[in-house]
Amino acid sequence: MKIIVCVKQVPDTETRIRINPEGNGIVDQDVNWVVSPYDEFAIEEALRIKEAKGGEVVLVSLGPDRAQTALRNGLAMGADSAVHLKDAAFDAADTMGVAKALAAAIKGIGGADLVLTGQQGVGGDHSQVPGLLAGLLDLPQVTMAIKIELGEGKATVTREIEGASEVWETALPAVISAQKGLNEPRYASLKGIMAAKKKAIDVKDAAALGLAAADLAPLTTVASLELPPARPAVRMIDGDPETQARELLRLLHEEAKVI
Amino acid sequence: MKSIVTFAEQRDGKLRRPSLEAVSEARRVADAMGGAQVEAVVIGAGSGALAAELGHYGADVVHVFDAAELAHYATEVWARALGQVIGEVKPAAVLIPFTAMGKDLAPRVAAATGAGLVSDCSALAVKDGKLEARRAVYSGKAFATVRWSGEPQMATLRANVFSLATPDSSRATKTVARTVDAASRAKVTAVNAAAGGKLELTEAQTIVSGGRGMKGPEHFHLVEDLAAAFGAAVGASRAIVDAGWVDHHIQVGQTGKTVSPNLYIACGISGAIQHLAGMSSSRIIVAINKDGDAPIFKVANYGILGDAFEVMPKLTEAAKAYFAAKG
Repeated sequence: MKIIVCVKQVPDTETRIRINPEGNGIVDQDVNWVVSPYDEFAIEEALRIKEAKGGEVVLVSLGPDRAQTALRNGLAMGADSAVHLKDAAFDAADTMGVAKALAAAIKGIGGADLVLTGQQGVGGDHSQVPGLLAGLLDLPQVTMAIKIELGEGKATVTREIEGASEVWETALPAVISAQKGLNEPRYASLKGIMAAKKKAIDVKDAAALGLAAADLAPLTTVASLELPPARPAVRMIDGDPETQARELLRLLHEEAKVI
Repeated sequence: MKSIVTFAEQRDGKLRRPSLEAVSEARRVADAMGGAQVEAVVIGAGSGALAAELGHYGADVVHVFDAAELAHYATEVWARALGQVIGEVKPAAVLIPFTAMGKDLAPRVAAATGAGLVSDCSALAVKDGKLEARRAVYSGKAFATVRWSGEPQMATLRANVFSLATPDSSRATKTVARTVDAASRAKVTAVNAAAGGKLELTEAQTIVSGGRGMKGPEHFHLVEDLAAAFGAAVGASRAIVDAGWVDHHIQVGQTGKTVSPNLYIACGISGAIQHLAGMSSSRIIVAINKDGDAPIFKVANYGILGDAFEVMPKLTEAAKAYFAAKG
């Protein structure tokens, strides 16, 4: 069984965001870059399937040089090989451009029995790549998976929705995106980290993927980025707990008008 | 004539609130574009009965895919249906609620139609006849203004942010009955409602959340009791989800849900940056914490410095009395 996992490197969730002088992106320095947490669930799931059924796990990541660290992390967890999509032409790509590059890379390595992704990349928070990828590859999709069971040529997937969960049955190959709750990702072992150093990372640029500038022209552009508006100063409520409770309800009703 | 297509999600024969918010916003956008037409799309067995209601919220035309084999949502089928309407109507914009279904569906439709898609928008504006979107990135640590380079301009809309239009039952709507091939490689085989029919966090008007200050899962009922008194949904910080006290689906913050309720009450939550990211766009925030230096007080409107175990039962009691008197 061949499983491809798409991996994105993102700022750690504890990162304090600073806006760049151009006002259209974040300051990259002093950011601790990590594998997007949802992608870790996808990698872990791929490794568990491989351990149960045999096969290989290939990672694909699009990003600058530093993305190789994310790929090495995944390789250290136990993935077999990795493809790094790197080209200055990807810098301005939007979600569609990224999905096109990933789709081309997946086709380039002969497709897969299963494509796993995180349900969203932490940071951009678009939650688009899984569906775009499935659409571009013409594969069925199940997103926000919290449980995956593989059968012969099919998978049974539990997906989280508002106030309920759905059980889906999908033909394979398919694109499945991982939601928190799917599994508990492992830490890389020292042995894994050593082994990862010897594993191959295949670097591909846009031309190698057969993508021209027109394919990567963004359909959407971030015109500006700003910090959230400051919130008003807090009003502390004094007194004993009973007084505090009554005073809070009065303020919520009379001043804030939310109850 | 210019048009705005909007997807109206229905479940169990009812239009979900985020769909009505999307139709309301489509109406506002259409009017701001100088009188564009709002064309709603509703899909599912029995969905024909919902067309009139969509009209009341501002749809001029409702495209209805109502067939027995459309009992359960299927990405490929829904994308085919929505793609069919988009292909014919050639709208200036397509608005879809950013719900579990909309999140799954919109990218698939974008891939099929080549539309630019902007996710989880919290505001839309019309400038020189074109859309401009505002959306949270890094779970709300920053906000981006995004523009499209072509049409259709496809956007998914965050729940609970766009206001509902006042329904006008005298508005007439044109209904167009449509059919779609229901073949799909992925299918829903069962739907299991969550225990207790819990309120969905992202759509709740009030949320009561608990964190490490609750000291252990055996005390989490204080959060649930307070939530019940306010008719609120229950949330939790990542710390106590990772500690296994509560289920991950109620986690608020980065790697959990991003929420924007009218009222957010944080109990025993210090306010780690990834938690603040997920809730600081709430309209009114109340923090109850025994540490006066806790970062949660920096985003709170009202703060109570004190022992959550003493304050929460009193607040629950007072809230019960308040809402009982209010009726």
